[in-house]
Amino acid sequence: MNQELNRETIEQAYRYMLTARKLDERLAQLYRAGDIFGGVFLGKGQEALSVSVGMALRKGDIYAPLIRDGAGRLAFGETVLDALRNCLGSPLGPMRARDGNVHRGRPREGCMAMISHLGASISVVNGALMAKRMKGESGFMGAACIGEGATSTGAFHEALNQAAIEKLPLLLVVANNQYAYSTPTTMQFACKKLTDKAVGYGVTAHEVDGTDLESCWNTLQSAARKAREGEGPQLIVAELLRLCGHGEHDDAHYVTDDMKQSNVGKDCMELARTLMTSQHGFSDQELQEWETSTQKDINHSISIVKQEGGPDPYTHSWNPLATRELNEQANGIAK
Amino acid sequence: MSITYLEAIREAQAYLLKNDPRVYIYGQDVGAFGGAFKATKNLATEFPGRVIDAPISEDAMIGSAVGAAIEGLRPIIEVQFADFSTVGFNQMVNQAATLFWRTEVPCPITLRLPSGGTSGGGPFHSQCLESIYAHFPGLIVCTPATVEDAYSMLIESVTLDDPVVFCEHKYLYFHLKAKSLPQEALPIGKARIAREGRDMTIVTYSAMVHECLEAAKEMAQDGIQIEVVDLRTVKPIDTDTIIASVARTGRLLCVAEEWPWGGVNAEVISRVVAEGFNLLDAPPQRINAKDTPIPYHPRLWSVHRPTAQSIIAASRHLLRI
Repeated sequence: MNQELNRETIEQAYRYMLTARKLDERLAQLYRAGDIFGGVFLGKGQEALSVSVGMALRKGDIYAPLIRDGAGRLAFGETVLDALRNCLGSPLGPMRARDGNVHRGRPREGCMAMISHLGASISVVNGALMAKRMKGESGFMGAACIGEGATSTGAFHEALNQAAIEKLPLLLVVANNQYAYSTPTTMQFACKKLTDKAVGYGVTAHEVDGTDLESCWNTLQSAARKAREGEGPQLIVAELLRLCGHGEHDDAHYVTDDMKQSNVGKDCMELARTLMTSQHGFSDQELQEWETSTQKDINHSISIVKQEGGPDPYTHSWNPLATRELNEQANGIAK
Repeated sequence: MSITYLEAIREAQAYLLKNDPRVYIYGQDVGAFGGAFKATKNLATEFPGRVIDAPISEDAMIGSAVGAAIEGLRPIIEVQFADFSTVGFNQMVNQAATLFWRTEVPCPITLRLPSGGTSGGGPFHSQCLESIYAHFPGLIVCTPATVEDAYSMLIESVTLDDPVVFCEHKYLYFHLKAKSLPQEALPIGKARIAREGRDMTIVTYSAMVHECLEAAKEMAQDGIQIEVVDLRTVKPIDTDTIIASVARTGRLLCVAEEWPWGGVNAEVISRVVAEGFNLLDAPPQRINAKDTPIPYHPRLWSVHRPTAQSIIAASRHLLRI
């Protein structure tokens, strides 16, 4: 059964999107203030798609978000504290300061912790789904999120083919945000549309306007239903524009004005806000209040995380193996 | 009644499938066909749904094993030839090897690599890749030299909560035989003294153990007693057993079939020099395969890798210096 985007669900979706956007804005500020080690990667412009994926998933499903999936992560159960702890390097974060920024997850809870290699998460989701089937579970689904750049990798090809052969309940969500770092789509693929690839793999494709929450919602709900009902992998391609640089170190000067002014350049947050007020009866004042309280909650979380400090390299465990006695103790620090 | 190295690998997998419902096997042609080398012969029939044919996609095979391990299963991935595992290298060294360190979720997967040269194998069906895997933290690398170790170490590999690269040597598959399967075994991480001797130590592993034992036997006719240490596991390396042997003999020769640059031999010598320099009566020596791709023709191949004869020559040199 598809879940409708009604007054209740759109409020939830919008709140996740808003939190993700506000969190991104604060992370950008923290980055500029020098409070963050390494990079900061934002999901600006991709919240509508991301939240639709996160809310199509249920507890017990598998989710492999990519770098611009703050909204989807929140919808799947990630806390703002987890996100901030990872970005600020708190030892209390999900990766305990061993990995940072968008590289975070809680695999035991179904949220995979991405590695940097694009496309590599898809087969991990496949394997988790195969395992669930072997264990006799039913009704489950997995979602792997990538950008259009990852569709050029061998890992994408191998994993989508594998999912199709195994008829796995996989949503492979491609956010075509027009640039892989600075590489335009013309240098990334030569097919007319990325959905054209689906036929070659024998999977169903869905194309959606990634700036429009309602379209994203309906497409993801429909694809999820098909996947759960045994119709195999669903390839979803959303057209949108990354409304920021690849990371905050990147001013995205290569994004053309034409692109910014085209359909994909619309801000999904603004469109969602209009949808909330014009179609679902929310007032501007109400939305403004949410924004203020979200901002306040995020600031409160930042103050908590900043007090937690960083990891202690001298008391840190340097064992890479779970089997303690097999860890080589060659490194002088390792005891 | 005797059992080969290859049959021991099949029997170990049958034992694991029978005794642990979390175990499954995934690889090319492993199902009804029974595997390119028949290491999974009849297992698909005996254990329906748990011995699964994979497409020619090493990246996806290993990536999916990581996902299944997160879900609590214990996959065994058979790569048809170790050489092809480079296609799935990223998933092993970046996904599997880092998982526990990053997330505290263990990654119990076993990657079976039919390794090493056989006559006529050529450049892409002969490689020994233990060192490039051993380079990455988070992986255990096994290199069994005997039928007994092939059996017991494979069972232990799958039981461990970490990703294991299991380098089984194709040259030993059919020729190496034992009377029966072992009842007990040394654990992974412990080396074994394959032959005792007082004049010099050879540290080796996998198929080269047998070349070294043959060399030691021949040298014994001249009254020279060579101690042969079989590493069994190249990561972690049992440094204590190596140093103890060098302390007894004062001389060290390392023998490996893999290429020389940055390999197991280099690591062993580095550790002995760093930790036991004063135990040495002569500079440590090593022999590896020649630093070229592996040749196809049997006449070229016969001198490409170390053999009993080249080990004897190196031993005589070591005893003179």
